[in-house]
Amino acid sequence: MARGTVAVVGAAETTEMGVIPETSELQLHADAALNAMAEAGLTAADIDGIAAAGEAPDVLAQYLGITPAWLDGTLIGGSSFMLHVRHAMAAIEAGLCTTVLITHGESGRSRVEAKGFPEFIGGKLAGQFEVPYGGSLPPTMFTIPVLRYLQTHGLRPEDMAPVSVVQREWAALNPRATFKDPITVNDVMNSRMVAYPFTLLMCCLRTDGGGALILTSADRANDFPRPPVYILGAGESAEGPMVSQLDDFISSKAFRLSGERAFAEAGISHDDVDHLMIYDAFAHVPLYGLEDLGFCKPGEAAAFVGDRNTAPGGSLPLNTNGGGLSYMHSGMYGMYAMQESIRQLRGIAPAQVPGAQVSVAHGVGGMFSVAGTIIFGNEPA
Amino acid sequence: MTDQTERVLPRPTPETVHFWEGTRTGELRLQKCDDCGKIYFPPRPFCPECGSRNVSTFAASGRATLYSYVISHIPAPGLGPPYSVAVVTLEEGPRLMTNIVGCDQTPEALTLDMPLEVTFEAQNDEITLPFFKPAA
Repeated sequence: MARGTVAVVGAAETTEMGVIPETSELQLHADAALNAMAEAGLTAADIDGIAAAGEAPDVLAQYLGITPAWLDGTLIGGSSFMLHVRHAMAAIEAGLCTTVLITHGESGRSRVEAKGFPEFIGGKLAGQFEVPYGGSLPPTMFTIPVLRYLQTHGLRPEDMAPVSVVQREWAALNPRATFKDPITVNDVMNSRMVAYPFTLLMCCLRTDGGGALILTSADRANDFPRPPVYILGAGESAEGPMVSQLDDFISSKAFRLSGERAFAEAGISHDDVDHLMIYDAFAHVPLYGLEDLGFCKPGEAAAFVGDRNTAPGGSLPLNTNGGGLSYMHSGMYGMYAMQESIRQLRGIAPAQVPGAQVSVAHGVGGMFSVAGTIIFGNEPA
Repeated sequence: MTDQTERVLPRPTPETVHFWEGTRTGELRLQKCDDCGKIYFPPRPFCPECGSRNVSTFAASGRATLYSYVISHIPAPGLGPPYSVAVVTLEEGPRLMTNIVGCDQTPEALTLDMPLEVTFEAQNDEITLPFFKPAA
């Protein structure tokens, strides 16, 4: 695929964010979709491609009144939406459709007609070989690799705590963030133990919300009200969904492969990246992401964060909305990471990085076992 | 899930039933490709390395080392906190998820690479789960 041939011309989150007990999961998808269509000046009649995870794309098409020529229901957890973007790029370039709507909505906290993880039931392989041992929830699955990672690199659990501390600093700048009060490394380490070595403040939130994107070909991108954000490169890979079967625990093969593909396609170097989002389901994920995407050498990401390189004023602003740890996390957070990348490149983020031109959004899914990476730019090349 | 007091048990499928028959008789069964020699887990009737359907089942030694784990403080059906959720590396190569039993559920008692051995606990007439304990 050629870089910059497809652009985001609509991007919006749900009207409300946080605790939304009066809205079903389906309507959270629709609310975000309507907001994205409104800001792009489009109606359902203008959309001919649809992708969604959680709710199936045909369900959304019918609910929203869309007649699709292209559908994608890839559901691999939190990075599903990165994959939707990549697949939509290919579809638009191939002429299968012209204008794609990607929706996400999740009643992660209020659980109003919420879906579960389909792979983690009794007869599935994960249901047979992980769930019986308590491997049924993200806090006991996403987290299992980290002791091996810490020991290999001579790190301690408290070396992960600055991830939470720094992201809270970013969240304090974001009026929509769930948690804004400053925290210290001691606060993180003294918060309730959830799954050793992870304390509560190293774990993401559970909230309600959603988001939607509208993509079209770059040659139409200037016909819309908002400045377009171009897709420069994309990658995806998977090992999942069983965390016990990952290649190794000190580096994610899916992260590496996804990132390499995205950077190669974009034709950029790490020095070109102004802004970075790495899906932080738990505090260790940005550390693996920084290393596996090539921003840090193996074992050096914790010190990189601890030295405030990713903090406000640092050289590599990371998770500037506050992330899943402090902004919001409905269960499949990848959509919100991309929304923040797009806000930054449009110049409208609450914690705006001055002059941001290239942003990388990296999503994780499964149980720390699948990945999608999108590189956005505010110029097509 | 919160109203459940029993551990969530596997539902064997035709492709995995030999594994669960094995645990009932005190065997931890793995599979091996008779063409390329790959030893693999979880069960399936073909080799994930070379695609051959020419595979056989054998009893593993039951010896393993502790690869990584968490100590969960989250109540789960049939599991009283704190309990370890662990991934062990079998002597034959494959890894699997389990609980480490027969020792304190503390970071001090659970050290990475510690030698382990399998121990079986019947959950009902059909399902016996393989757990691991510190090697004697």
